[in-house]
Amino acid sequence: MQFYKFNQEVRSISFIPNSVWFFLCLGLLLQIGWHSQKVERSLKISNLPSTPKESVIRIFSLDEKIASSKFLMLWLQAFDNQPGISLSFKQLDYDRLISWLNLIYELDPRSEYPLLSASRIYTEVPDNVKRKKMLDFVLEKFLEEPGKRWQWMTHAIYVAKHKMKDLDLALRLARKIRENTSENQAPYWARQMEIFILEDKGELESAMIIIGGLLDSGELDDPHQREFLEQRLKEIEQRQSENLN
Amino acid sequence: MHNSVTTIAKYTFLEALRNRLFFIVLIGLICAFGLSKFIGELSVTERTQIEISMLSVSLRLFIVFIMGLFVTTSIVREFNDKGFELVLSHPVARYSYYLGKLLGFCLMSIILSVLVSIPLLLEVPVIPVFYWCLSLICELFIINALAIMCLFTFNNITFSFSAVVLFYLLSRLMDLIQLISESPILETNTISQALINYVLDGIAYLLPDLNSFTQTVWLVYGEVSVTDLLPVMVQTIIYLVLLSTIALFDLYRKEL
Repeated sequence: MQFYKFNQEVRSISFIPNSVWFFLCLGLLLQIGWHSQKVERSLKISNLPSTPKESVIRIFSLDEKIASSKFLMLWLQAFDNQPGISLSFKQLDYDRLISWLNLIYELDPRSEYPLLSASRIYTEVPDNVKRKKMLDFVLEKFLEEPGKRWQWMTHAIYVAKHKMKDLDLALRLARKIRENTSENQAPYWARQMEIFILEDKGELESAMIIIGGLLDSGELDDPHQREFLEQRLKEIEQRQSENLN
Repeated sequence: MHNSVTTIAKYTFLEALRNRLFFIVLIGLICAFGLSKFIGELSVTERTQIEISMLSVSLRLFIVFIMGLFVTTSIVREFNDKGFELVLSHPVARYSYYLGKLLGFCLMSIILSVLVSIPLLLEVPVIPVFYWCLSLICELFIINALAIMCLFTFNNITFSFSAVVLFYLLSRLMDLIQLISESPILETNTISQALINYVLDGIAYLLPDLNSFTQTVWLVYGEVSVTDLLPVMVQTIIYLVLLSTIALFDLYRKEL
């Protein structure tokens, strides 16, 4: 609606007939009224569809792999919020969810969004079987590029230890970080998570062996790191002797 | 008044005929039909449903954009050729000019909608196709009125057609956009988030609910009745009144 000059001369507003003003106001009021009383459509929960092939997505997105990956991730993220319904993660089919996350990864392998979603969001489900599936997905992706994806494994360890209360799983994941990353790829705190989990499990001897191995390996250049681990070793030794007594 | 409206409508319709609009639509129709058959052949199961979905979606989008583009270019040409000034130099009221143009384009929309509905009859029963066709006509009426209004406002083909496309996409996606904005994964509760939600709600009030128009589910599963079409018609009437008065507002202010 032109209230100002737009490329051309316009006449005064007084030239507009009253009937136009009347119908303009009427139309506006009717539109607002109509929208306000919009009836909610019947609620239907739809299941996550099976994934198409990567090539199909590429055809439909005109080979915009990155954009389609981002779009699919947003769609997947919003899937649990269907019109008028908020689905719990428990209602989602996690096998399909993982295949969608895999597809998104195929389209954009550098994206970290699927791993964040897998390790932080979809593990919020109160179902350990589903959580385990997500953690397996995170582990699988970590093993493909350990140097870049170790941080998602630390989230996975947190979930296994504190949410699932599964120390064996947490230990297995922590061991994978130590075994698959070098000192240049992941910080020490991440590579030493195994020690703390062993301590929590009461496997003090194993923890001592790993700390001793780390100290002897010569990997630790930082004197503070060495001091911290030596202190930790002494504490564990003390705990073990207390246990034996 | 009656005479001038029908005369302008008649010549608008004739212009569409001479512009070979039907020919373009026919080519589009054949391409969409061929494409849907090809995609259907790729399927392992639900071939018919896939074909119907592909055909109806592609035809709907094609006809909406073709009609939007035709209305925009037709009015621009009339402005450039001074046809608009010529008509108004006769004893023709401005609203007659507008109504004549709208009527001509709407007549065109009815014929094109019927034309694109015909191939659907090969796979879908008559009743769902009839409802789908009526809904498509309503959708095109809104697009016609919108394209005319945008032209009167912007006087520029690029601005006008972009506005039509943006409006159409927003109207189709508004429900989804609101849903995503109201349910973010991270509950930030920031002022900007609340502000964006208010703005989106405000925009939604002014947009027609085009995602309830011309639904593919009507054709694929035959789930359609008069109760589905009634809101479509009411929304069309309301929105035509609104768009027409906005267009007339600008038309009456236009300096010859």
